[in-house]
Amino acid sequence: MMARRIYSQSGDHIETTAPVTVSRYRGFTRANHWVTAASLIVLLLSGMALFHPSLYFLTALFGGGQVTRWLHPFVGILLFLSFLILFLQLWRLNLPRPEDATWVSHIGDVVRGEEEKLPELGKYNAGQKFIFWGMSALIVVLIGSGVMIWEQYFPQLVSIPVRRVAVLVHSLAAVAIILIFILHVYAAIWTRGTLRAMTRGTVTGGWAWRHHRKWLRELAGREKRDPAE
Amino acid sequence: MTTDPNVDSPRTAVSNPPIQPMKANLGAGDVMRASAMPDLAPPERELTPVAKLIDVSKCIGCKACQSACAEWNDTVPEIEHNVGMYENPHDLTPDMFTLMRFTEYDNPDTGEFEWLIRKDGCMHCADPGCLKACPAPGAIVQYTNGIVDFIHDNCIGCGYCVTGCPFNIPRVSKADHKSYKCTLCSDRVAVGQGPACAKACPTQAIVFGTKEDMLTHAEARVEDLKSRGYDNAGIYDPEGVGGTHVFYVLHHADKPALYSNLPEAPRISPVVEGWKGATKTVGLAAIGLAAVGSILHGLLGRANQVSAAEEHEAEELVERSERDA
Repeated sequence: MMARRIYSQSGDHIETTAPVTVSRYRGFTRANHWVTAASLIVLLLSGMALFHPSLYFLTALFGGGQVTRWLHPFVGILLFLSFLILFLQLWRLNLPRPEDATWVSHIGDVVRGEEEKLPELGKYNAGQKFIFWGMSALIVVLIGSGVMIWEQYFPQLVSIPVRRVAVLVHSLAAVAIILIFILHVYAAIWTRGTLRAMTRGTVTGGWAWRHHRKWLRELAGREKRDPAE
Repeated sequence: MTTDPNVDSPRTAVSNPPIQPMKANLGAGDVMRASAMPDLAPPERELTPVAKLIDVSKCIGCKACQSACAEWNDTVPEIEHNVGMYENPHDLTPDMFTLMRFTEYDNPDTGEFEWLIRKDGCMHCADPGCLKACPAPGAIVQYTNGIVDFIHDNCIGCGYCVTGCPFNIPRVSKADHKSYKCTLCSDRVAVGQGPACAKACPTQAIVFGTKEDMLTHAEARVEDLKSRGYDNAGIYDPEGVGGTHVFYVLHHADKPALYSNLPEAPRISPVVEGWKGATKTVGLAAIGLAAVGSILHGLLGRANQVSAAEEHEAEELVERSERDA
């Protein structure tokens, strides 16, 4: 019997040894992640178009205001379902661990890129966990408040005073999730070698050693013991 | 004279239309505010503010106004079922811009039974919540004469006007996904005619003219009602929305809620103000700063690179564990 995984997801494995590459996300997870990403970008553009008059011109991307108004909620449902799959896959490894507190208290070292001063981490660091839980919570708020203001299908779902609160909450949550989205994209690009985890599915051994050493150790420890895994 | 070229808008609804064609006297140059267009050019002229006065005490509930409204606007309200009340249809709809709302009221002070009939519809607020909430440029406009009008070509059917309106008036059509409400017959006013409902009203409970004239008339009506024992008679021209261009004379002005829940002190909800005020401005600024800041930092800052030594460490780790296995 293999040891229980603590820091890794089933499917994560050392793919090649010289040089070391580590499989981080399977094809399905990556494809689904890009569905979520594309939905979020469409929602961001269509939502911002209806949020601020200076951005109304963005409706032209979708074929006008009527189409934008129609499209936005459906893409919202797509994002919700696609993110739900991501959530079910990732939530366990995003639970907080004691080393997260140490990581957060050393946030200055994180920003300076001095990772030798940070504790060894599993598959996700506290920043990634923040993005995960932030997105999860905000998506629930956005889909809930969004349905309440979905004029085409749910005009009578809630009273008008509740609808006012829903539209305010929806825009505040949207601003928050866009800020988190920017942080997510920025961090993925700033931390070189990260993007390929969501394109090719693998990262280099050095990347895993530097950022997620406990994850790498666990995967290395499992090597060659059970070829069927 | 309503067709007097020196008069910018009709002074009454009762005169008959001119027989010669007239140019529309209400256009883009008369728009003083438009939805989602903060930088709108100022209007070319100032029209005299107009108003429709609805004297509830004179209403006999005949619904001629509703018929005239549907006739003029060429709408066909759906035929509904009789559920034991006089309201027909049961609510404002995208095809019924005005509705007689009937209330049976047992007046506890007099012991009298009163039938309160209020013609509901757009109030044409001076500070319109629909216009504030609307995200589509130019879908809702306010003319200098006070009329608030929906420009359907620009409407996207989002329902934000429903959210913004303090009087629960706009209705979004399931057929064309555009929002509808009373236009104060802007297309009639443009050619010197008063609104169709006022024209049709057999008791002149609905009258139309300049806001000033209508207020004078309303004050006289209130005096008359007071002399007949309605001590609380008064004008309903709510200040919270800057006054309205459709306003009421009520026999119980101290209790507007009696009249099918006419709001006591209507105003644009603070929630809507917060959404269309600070949230909109601060939210966009925060997003813009975060986007620009991260792009600049990404270009100018030092990236987090994996070193060759770290790659080597990883190789050793994997080799070691393979040996140990």
